[in-house]
Amino acid sequence: MTDIAIAAEGLRKTYRGVAALDGFRLSVAAGTVCGLLGPNGAGKTTAVRILATLLSFDDGHATVAGADVAGRPDLVRERIALTGQYSAVDGSLTGRQNLVLFGRLHHLGHRAARARADELLEQFDLTDAANRSATEYSGGMQRRLDLAASLIRAPQVLFLDEPTTGLDPRSRNQVWDTVRKLVADGTTVLLTTQYLDEADQLADRVCVVDTGRVVAEGTPDELKAAIGADRLEVVIREHDRLPDAVALLERIGPVEADPDTRRLRVAVTDRVAALVRAAQALRDAAITVDDLGVRRPTLDEAFLSLTGHRTEETR
Amino acid sequence: MTTATTAIADGWVMTGRYLRHVVREPEQIVIYFSLPIMFVLVFGYVFGSGMAVGGDSYREFLLPGVFVMTQLYGLGATATAISLDIGRGVVDRFRSMPTARSALMVGRSTADLTRALLEMAVLVICGLLVGWQWHRGAGLALGAIGLILLLRLALTWVGIFLGSVVKNPDTVSLIVFPLAFPLTALSNVFVPPDQMPAWLGAVAAWNPISATVAAARELFGNPVTGGGSWAAEHALALAVAWPLLLLAVFAPLAVRRYRLLGR
Repeated sequence: MTDIAIAAEGLRKTYRGVAALDGFRLSVAAGTVCGLLGPNGAGKTTAVRILATLLSFDDGHATVAGADVAGRPDLVRERIALTGQYSAVDGSLTGRQNLVLFGRLHHLGHRAARARADELLEQFDLTDAANRSATEYSGGMQRRLDLAASLIRAPQVLFLDEPTTGLDPRSRNQVWDTVRKLVADGTTVLLTTQYLDEADQLADRVCVVDTGRVVAEGTPDELKAAIGADRLEVVIREHDRLPDAVALLERIGPVEADPDTRRLRVAVTDRVAALVRAAQALRDAAITVDDLGVRRPTLDEAFLSLTGHRTEETR
Repeated sequence: MTTATTAIADGWVMTGRYLRHVVREPEQIVIYFSLPIMFVLVFGYVFGSGMAVGGDSYREFLLPGVFVMTQLYGLGATATAISLDIGRGVVDRFRSMPTARSALMVGRSTADLTRALLEMAVLVICGLLVGWQWHRGAGLALGAIGLILLLRLALTWVGIFLGSVVKNPDTVSLIVFPLAFPLTALSNVFVPPDQMPAWLGAVAAWNPISATVAAARELFGNPVTGGGSWAAEHALALAVAWPLLLLAVFAPLAVRRYRLLGR
């Protein structure tokens, strides 16, 4: 068994003349979380569907959990699970019927499938809703049922395609907790997301995807570091002291000031020294400070600087 | 498990899935049985009261045809259900699991055959109520029902193929009537082929629907007319051969469509 759970090289997929994937490459170490980050249409979902054997590809090579995706999709399917952006359970059946169905289709015996369903219902806090139609579930409950369905047999590789899109913060945290537990137990997770904080929260490594290719790769911190300096941010109380504050902070570094929010940003290299100097200088000048801190650039800013456009942009 | 036993087991699980859908939506059952009852009452009573075929009661002649016609219209439900199902997210999950590629469609076919069995029971009961009878014993009558269900089995696969090619469920239901109506009209269901113009009679005699209808009339002991053509004289053999041919063509085509969903 290799340490690489997902490997893709030169994947190409064209839909009606438009390249959805264009030389996509990826390498994910076993037992880690890789986040595919990118806007709608970047190719994230196409990549996941190809790796999960749902979609064919035109060119390239991929292995998942040690099995060749094109040559032995049957072996890949034994070892993976997928939870997509849209509900992939049978809405006409109850939660329990769904899980028993998937258990049976995973070739568990009838009794084993029922027992596993009850375990998962318990684990995902769905026991009370077990006998209700899945269509009557809230968004968060449906997503939990979906995740439960993916875990009937512990998969070696779990694909999560925008697992928290459209969820409220509480449900989102539940999904995140589940993912963390799975990874602690050795599952490899490939996650696609448009939410930068999600990649930041969960991923060991982030691959930024744009126009069917991975355009940047690294840990979340590396990516943030790669796009430049940390920023000292100051928000002052009184609007008319803004020119004084700018003058003081310019001694530390180049200043950007936003008069509307009374916020000043200074690019800094030495985080702690800059913070101390700024605090001292502002207090000596009797400028009241509402907020003061050093921030790393957000992944949003990272994305902008790596691809030239914002993440929210839909093309 | 071997591939074959996996395929059977998975198909059986999918059958259970479709049957559970019906149990969870009992109003479907009303729709299921309204068509057979309506067909028997409308055709059997309205037409059967005012016409005669070769001296016999037209109702005796017509009802085996109505039985088969009902099975043909069942194709629409099969096709619509499959096209609806293929559009559902749950099929992505099935396809990412180590489940037999044939399971979804085998399940649909078996579930619809179960439904056909119940429809047949309703048809026969309604038939008896309007005065139709079998005359050659229960054994041959069951044989006739068996042939009708064999045709239905083949038709479920035609429907599954249709539903997997035409992916929009609304379009599917629009296609089924123009497909099924000429097949019943240009057959021996309503009129014996020998009373049609020669070329039309030949088309009607060779229609797969006609083979099953003629065979069922023979086994039920209902009036058989339109003898003379080779097809009419070998109705029993054709009533077995046609469905098997349809099965051999459409079942592999349908499963192939499922395999190619990700292309």
